[in-house]
Amino acid sequence: MKFGVVVFPGSNCDADAYHAFRDALGQPTTYLWHKDHDLKGVDCVILPGGFSYGDYLRSGAIARFSPLMQEVREFADKGGLVLGICNGFQVLLELNLLPGAMLRNKKLKFLCQYVTIRLENDRTPFTRKGTKGQILRIPIAHFDGNWYAPLETLKEVEDNGQVVFRYCDPEGALTEEANVNGSLHAIAGLVNKRGNVCGMMPHPERAVEPVLGSEDGLVVLQSLLEKIS
Amino acid sequence: MKARILVSFKDSVLDPQGQTVRNALHTLGYDAVQDVRQGKVFELDLSGISKAEAERLIPEIAGKVLANMVIEKYTWQILED
Repeated sequence: MKFGVVVFPGSNCDADAYHAFRDALGQPTTYLWHKDHDLKGVDCVILPGGFSYGDYLRSGAIARFSPLMQEVREFADKGGLVLGICNGFQVLLELNLLPGAMLRNKKLKFLCQYVTIRLENDRTPFTRKGTKGQILRIPIAHFDGNWYAPLETLKEVEDNGQVVFRYCDPEGALTEEANVNGSLHAIAGLVNKRGNVCGMMPHPERAVEPVLGSEDGLVVLQSLLEKIS
Repeated sequence: MKARILVSFKDSVLDPQGQTVRNALHTLGYDAVQDVRQGKVFELDLSGISKAEAERLIPEIAGKVLANMVIEKYTWQILED
């Protein structure tokens, strides 16, 4: 399976993602320059973390208009797999490929720490290697990760089972303290209705080797290789 | 022709930055301040189009780019001809 990591000006987890998919997962991986109109025949597009366009205007708001995003949208519309991590999640929200928007973290602080998240839906291409209720320890690093949506959107997202991860305490309980950025319903990761586009604030690519302190991110990466049954 | 666009959070969306400013004002004794909503101001310098075209273009730009309509709203005005 071939992976493509999109590079925007200001991306800073592109090399991490490239390393994770190529070396930790052992799959052919290539960079995709945001100005090109070429997805180079990849099977899965990764929108990495960082500060595309300096987070000017709003996080992900300018990257959304990058030339390559046209191809990414068509790819997603055809059912292609797209994973947005952190800033990549913000870009997917701005693109309207995922519902809702990001607000500043509830305590107005940039958060750079490990969190524990609970896997809520194990039937998506991004989580099928894991099991529902499984707790993963994965780092976050963001200022705008406070996911918000109008009530009717939130209800739809919940009813459709689109929530893939929630912030939880180490035992898996949903507490206000564990919901570090204040996201509605402690949502840390989402898929679209069709299930082929996923956005998550935690960085699975930073948790793929023992030397990094956690390998829990591999659940997400390896899920992408699982054959659809 | 200049246009000014004001983008702010919808009333239904919590504005923690505005609240922090309000709290700071209270600390300074400005107790009359009940609430603070923070927003962004954009000034566009437009040329080569009529006022009617500008009146069509400005809300289009504001709704598509300057504001995220999931969480924000905007108002606009043309400042000079």
